[in-house]
Amino acid sequence: MLLSLEDATVRFGGRAVLDAVGLDVAEHEIVCVLGPSGSGKSTLLRAVAGLQPLDGGRVVLDGRDQAAVPAHKRGVGLMFQDHQLFPQRDVGQNVAFGLRMHGTSKGQQDERVGELLELVGLPGAGRRAVASLSGGEQQRVALARALAPRPRLLMLDEPLGQLDRSLRERLVVELRELFGRLGTTVLAVTHDQGEAFALADRVVVMRDGRIAQSGTPLDVWQRPADEFVARFLGFENVVEGTVAGEAADTPWGKLPVPVGSAQGVRSLLVRPAGVRLVGADTGLRCAVAARTFKGTHVAVRLRPEEDAPRLEAACALREAPEVGDTVGVEFDAAEIVVLDRDGRA
Amino acid sequence: MDLTRTEVAPRQGRRSRRSAAARLGLVAVPVAFFAVFFAYPVAAIVARGLKVDGRWQFGRIVDVVAQPDIRHVLWFTTWQAFASTALTLLVALPGAYVFARFAFPGKQVLRAVVTVPFVLPTVVVGTAFLALVGRGGLLDELWGVRLDTTVWAILLAHVFFNYAVVVRTVGGLWSQLDPRQEEAARMLGASRLAAWRQVTLPALAPAVAAAALMVFLFTFTSFGVVQILGGPAFSTLEVEIYRQTSEIFDLSTAAVLTIVQFVAVGAVLALHAWTVRRRETALRLVDASATARRPRGAGQWALLAGVLASIAVLLLLPLAVLVQRSLDAPDFGYYRALTSEDGGIFLVPPIEAIGNSLQYAVAATAIAVVIGGLAAAALTRRDAGRFVRGFDALLMLPLGVSAVTVGFGFLIALDEPPLDLRASWILVPLAQALVGVPFVVRTMLPVLRAVDVRLREAAAVLGASPWRVWREVDLPMVRRALLVAAGFAFAVSLGEFGATVFIARPDNPTLPVAVARLLGRAGELNYGQAMALSTILMIVCAVALLVLERLRTDRTGEF
Repeated sequence: MLLSLEDATVRFGGRAVLDAVGLDVAEHEIVCVLGPSGSGKSTLLRAVAGLQPLDGGRVVLDGRDQAAVPAHKRGVGLMFQDHQLFPQRDVGQNVAFGLRMHGTSKGQQDERVGELLELVGLPGAGRRAVASLSGGEQQRVALARALAPRPRLLMLDEPLGQLDRSLRERLVVELRELFGRLGTTVLAVTHDQGEAFALADRVVVMRDGRIAQSGTPLDVWQRPADEFVARFLGFENVVEGTVAGEAADTPWGKLPVPVGSAQGVRSLLVRPAGVRLVGADTGLRCAVAARTFKGTHVAVRLRPEEDAPRLEAACALREAPEVGDTVGVEFDAAEIVVLDRDGRA
Repeated sequence: MDLTRTEVAPRQGRRSRRSAAARLGLVAVPVAFFAVFFAYPVAAIVARGLKVDGRWQFGRIVDVVAQPDIRHVLWFTTWQAFASTALTLLVALPGAYVFARFAFPGKQVLRAVVTVPFVLPTVVVGTAFLALVGRGGLLDELWGVRLDTTVWAILLAHVFFNYAVVVRTVGGLWSQLDPRQEEAARMLGASRLAAWRQVTLPALAPAVAAAALMVFLFTFTSFGVVQILGGPAFSTLEVEIYRQTSEIFDLSTAAVLTIVQFVAVGAVLALHAWTVRRRETALRLVDASATARRPRGAGQWALLAGVLASIAVLLLLPLAVLVQRSLDAPDFGYYRALTSEDGGIFLVPPIEAIGNSLQYAVAATAIAVVIGGLAAAALTRRDAGRFVRGFDALLMLPLGVSAVTVGFGFLIALDEPPLDLRASWILVPLAQALVGVPFVVRTMLPVLRAVDVRLREAAAVLGASPWRVWREVDLPMVRRALLVAAGFAFAVSLGEFGATVFIARPDNPTLPVAVARLLGRAGELNYGQAMALSTILMIVCAVALLVLERLRTDRTGEF
């Protein structure tokens, strides 16, 4: 393993911001830590970088404990959330900074700076003032600066956080392609699931300083570990039910569940695609409370007539009912996930 | 898990100990400096005042304070400080508003001009007012009015001196308050006055309080101005301490008075530190250039005109009269007289005082920048503990504790083994540096604190050691502040009078000391030479300041 965190713990005034976190990152792997703000993501990066001392546990890089190694000798790169470019240096000097610190010769510095600016799509921008850059350009310079000293591990703190949506979507693809080509080992943190899923080989979901789930983007998306992860990923249809065999008793009625699901009192997730709208005379009767156009489909908000939590359904554009209509709802077992017990419930 | 923890704990202990050691290293030099050149002399003063025949006699304080003439001095010192502060606020607050909120041609230049008096040596201020309202002064010639026998000369000189403190401290903040805050209040139904009272005044109040306390401190410990304008009738504690020392030779009474003043000043400084902390509460600050606009309506134009007129009469007129008086002899007679040997007063031609002053000032600036810079760097560290914060307050002490205390302390503490510096020229720069250090710290600290911690972290992650982080990130950002700080230290030591007058040797007078001695002599020629020397000193200080104004970008500091 290139990076291992073992029971890493950081406390701010008694509160554990990192609570015995264990995490491994293999060489050439892109790992994305995903979590709401305040879940300890940034602290995790700062602890690895050596900017935040641990209150317990260890950070191990290449098999070596880093406790006594100061930040500037760890050989990891960190791209800050708001870039933190040095305002009094131009673009080229910013990119060359790390090289200079490592005693690289002037000629090699110039060569590498040119190479990196080319790489991030800003060829010839070396003499430009940092203040004259747009947000996207600053982000690229920050990336070039972090990459320049060839860190063994590159860490990104909300790498695309401040950029507008279309730019973000384009850059995330570029980044993944770039890291793949360079073979860079990356540990990124973000609160944006789209960004995490697009960038990462592996996603780690954090909650309150602990790791709630770790797996490939597909794993995490298809089988959220618990209610917290499911809700954080944007799923609304989570309900408590009693699973017995291939059915579950819930406020929405009897739901079919996949074969081999865990039994007993559980949280169940029904993906919007698994909520099928049928005629008002069959299934669970619901009123249509709202419709939201989502581009590829329409999200329909349903209010069951019985006393039960609301439901969200995904409908094809043409089939979506009007607000105020009454519809029946049936459920599709393939889109239902029985969740593990919530760690904190 | 527990196993790992016990294994890791000692390593981290080592790391935090190392950073503590680094901090201690930064603090050690300034602390040693202050211990030897401030704490030790002050302790010597206390011992001199309260120890009789080897026994502590705290009753001495009561005895001395109970003397009628001392009580009179205490009373005058206090009330003139209150009156000066009130008068300064009255005159300068409209000025602060005008500089903060109005845009008018020549504003930048005028802002620099009103700051000139603050860096002028007190001796020059006193001399200028003497030329304006004293015997044979402008008002005397025109209307036969003389104010130098009244307290008004002192009060006006104090306003002249401290105008910039209020304009800078209050106006600096005022110009950065977001006008939209007031607009928001107006939209919620507040009248113009109510909006100001509810939104702007609470934001400004701590700055006004801080400025008022500064002015109070400066006027409470006023020396040069009172020495020259006070005559026999008016005497502050500072002047009395000097008189007891150099005229009556009652060192023990002088020491008791110093202790009394020390306590009073300590109380005022504590209050000041408290208001400064209050001032740091989060305010919505915006770029000052965006908040000023051209005056509108007769009322605002009248206010602007009034402020400009008060600046002309109170600030510019005395300086103009000073220059005019210095030229009041044919062929620059007073200036030429400065170059001649004149036996009685000095052992050297007065003009040599310029060379002395410059030499001392350069040495004092170097000392102040090194000591103040190290102290500021130590104070900037985010993990600064209570010890370091206490050190912050300690650094301010020499500023308020008055130059006379410093000079008197040097005189009685550093003239015998183990530290006998009496014969050394370094004594004067050391005293001046002590007075200059607080300015250096105050100028550097806000800039250093404004450097984003994460910029330093970014540099560290890129491989910069702590020392290189400082060189590569902090230094480029504070280079200007460092120059400004050096300039302030230079101007302060150039004009320093209270401490220097105690310890400067007769054959090596500085400019202010030479001016004071010339004024102490009768005769037209001496008077004219004092005016001429003061003019030279004023020009040097003004030039230094105007250069600084050009360098200075941040106007939020206290000076």
